[in-house]
Amino acid sequence: MARLTIPEDEIMSPGHMGCLGCGATMAMRYVLKGAGRRTILSIPACCWAVMPGVWPNTCLQVPELYTAFETTGASISGIRAALDATGQKDINVIGFAGDGGTADIGIQALSGAADRGDDVLYIMYDNEAYMNTGIQRSGSTPIGAWTTTTPVGSQGDWEKSPKKNMVAIMAAHKIPYIATAAVAYPEDLVRKVQKALSIKGLKFIQIYSPCPTGWKMDPGLTVKIAREALSCRAFNLYEIENGVYKVNMKPQKTPLKDYLFKQGRFKHMPEDLIQELEGDLDSGWEELLFMEKVTAERAKGNSGE
Amino acid sequence: MPQTIDEIPPTPMNVQDSSVIKTGGWRAFKPVCDHSKCIKCWTCWKFCPDVSIAIGEDGPVYDYDHCKGCGICASECPVKCIEMIPENK
Amino acid sequence: MVKELMAGNKATAYGAMLARAQVVAAYPITPQTTIVERIADLISEGKWDAKFVKVESEHSAMAATVAASNTGARAFTATSAHGLALMHEILMWAAGARTPCVLVNVNRAMAPPWSVYADHQDAMAERDTGVIQLWCENNQEILDTVIMAYKVAENRDILLPAMINQDAFFLSHTNEPVDIPDQEMVDGFLPPFETEVKLDVDNPKGFGSFIMPPQYMEFRGHMARSMDRARDVIRKVDREWSELTGRSYGGMMDMYRCEDAEFILFGAGTMMSTSKDAVDEMRKEGHKVGVARLRVFRPFPFEEVRYLADRAHAIGVLDRTYTFGMGGPLYNETNGQLYNYKNRPVTKNYIVGVGGRDVRVKHIKGIFKDLMNVEKNGYDHEGEIHWWGLLDGSTPEVEK
Repeated sequence: MARLTIPEDEIMSPGHMGCLGCGATMAMRYVLKGAGRRTILSIPACCWAVMPGVWPNTCLQVPELYTAFETTGASISGIRAALDATGQKDINVIGFAGDGGTADIGIQALSGAADRGDDVLYIMYDNEAYMNTGIQRSGSTPIGAWTTTTPVGSQGDWEKSPKKNMVAIMAAHKIPYIATAAVAYPEDLVRKVQKALSIKGLKFIQIYSPCPTGWKMDPGLTVKIAREALSCRAFNLYEIENGVYKVNMKPQKTPLKDYLFKQGRFKHMPEDLIQELEGDLDSGWEELLFMEKVTAERAKGNSGE
Repeated sequence: MPQTIDEIPPTPMNVQDSSVIKTGGWRAFKPVCDHSKCIKCWTCWKFCPDVSIAIGEDGPVYDYDHCKGCGICASECPVKCIEMIPENK
Repeated sequence: MVKELMAGNKATAYGAMLARAQVVAAYPITPQTTIVERIADLISEGKWDAKFVKVESEHSAMAATVAASNTGARAFTATSAHGLALMHEILMWAAGARTPCVLVNVNRAMAPPWSVYADHQDAMAERDTGVIQLWCENNQEILDTVIMAYKVAENRDILLPAMINQDAFFLSHTNEPVDIPDQEMVDGFLPPFETEVKLDVDNPKGFGSFIMPPQYMEFRGHMARSMDRARDVIRKVDREWSELTGRSYGGMMDMYRCEDAEFILFGAGTMMSTSKDAVDEMRKEGHKVGVARLRVFRPFPFEEVRYLADRAHAIGVLDRTYTFGMGGPLYNETNGQLYNYKNRPVTKNYIVGVGGRDVRVKHIKGIFKDLMNVEKNGYDHEGEIHWWGLLDGSTPEVEK
């Protein structure tokens, strides 16, 4: 009997169109393992709209609804309302969108769904650009990255705008559960999906999903890069449950430079910018630890201990 | 492939499993596992983006019809018993 | 049957309630707002067992409606003008996804400049979307049509969304006596929504994936066939409804005194009710005139237009909007229809009532007289298209 750390049932088939080493396919595989077969997926325009394959094929073994780009938040609300209206219970409704369809064009519908508190799980798989249309920058692209719309060139025209903090935006909506996850830690991701699905209301999980094609890196390094993103604080693993922050991993800090130079999209980064960014990431980390401390104390205070 | 409009249903529904598409043809490098060194931790199975590793008696069994040769399994194997070998022409 | 004085918006809400719509997702916009308010009232009073999704925009309203319909629920929404324009992308999606949802549109002018008054540009701009388009002239018709629209849309050979138009304020906010049919009678007429085309965990399917050129055209071909089949289904449903209630709307077209008419005005909405009054007055004066009211715009009433062409010496097409650079949309479609037909009466386009400008009996009488003149003497310096009542001196003083 094989000792497996995540559920064995494969709810996703091989033969999909994902690039070699695609982090987004790993994200979907783990989300489905966490959610099980009584799940309906809503997928907007993104890599995942094309990955299951051309008609009549699909790699997904659960019902999925493809929708227009900006509508994931509205679509999952509609599905849940229909399930309630037709008396169908115990079915997970999951919106599975990229960073563009979440942080940019999809943010209005997501905000509306969060505001309504519909009982749905929203997953943002974050590959840090509009990958499906050919690597254009998104609100989630980190400072310094090369993309086709921030092509660096001779004037240093890399991405200048900081990565949108979707977790903070969702926290401001006061939804019951928010988490970040990474494809390097499938057990953590599966646990978070299962936890989210046990809570009523709108839940949000942002999954760090490296894209070898768009980040210009060796496809075999997807998991390593995800791990390194966490250790250099480019991405952090934490949960916010009813406003209480919990940092899931406090890894030994590694230099930002090591993470950046494994990816072709950062090969032009000047030293002073790297230092500045490292400082920003370290502050972000400190802030996170602070929020963890403060919200834990407040929770203790509220429970009268 | 359907030849007439009547063979095509009115709504584009996806009902056929994608495993009919043999993405193994994408490979430039092929993973090969030395089962004698395998400790059956199943890290390779866990991380495969293409669901192309099955849990076998003595170690991972590769579905070469679908494995794209990304190399994640070889990269993550804690005992380095998987080697990426160039595909024969 | 209960008779009540109610405005078009309330009739809309009652129609959707009697049709047992299960999910409503709508966003307020003048003058549709009281539809949304009335729906919220009926649900919170427990009179209507439906889920109301309080969406944050019309685009999301239509997206949620389509998703609900794809999940197997009977879904409803309502909007107007800019809201409809914002829904444009998803109207195309609803049609392509073959979801039989129903949308009530309160025809209102597009901005700028801001106007909340009756105008048909909003609906005409959606004629290419693949959505069935129906037009009403009174509140009874609105209530009846919401119910009938579901029966047409959910027909296994159709499966296309339907849009029902009502003029802003003239219907939406004007009280008229409306018969509220019995729920039991409606249930017998409109059974619960059943479909295999739905998201079902016990029978997983994907909807709407990527398709290559060798097959995409056939999916559009299927939609075209369904839209064509809708003509007979609409006629049949109208007959069935009329057997149950005594009320018929003429199937694809509402023809008033057209059988022996020499001059016919063709158009949509409340201005055609006014035109019917004008017809009665002119008939008393000895003119053989008639009114054809467009009831179904999509699919276009080919046969009915030819019926008019077989009889009339001249047809005046009234458009409550304009397709810039081309002419009135209904005029151009009517002419296009008659191009290859053996009977081609004189036609002229009258642009009237744009932006809610009042269309009165005297205006219609003036238009008929103008049409008669054109038939006898040919087009005058105004040509084929006449903006009736435009402040450019083109309309006779007495008709203003």
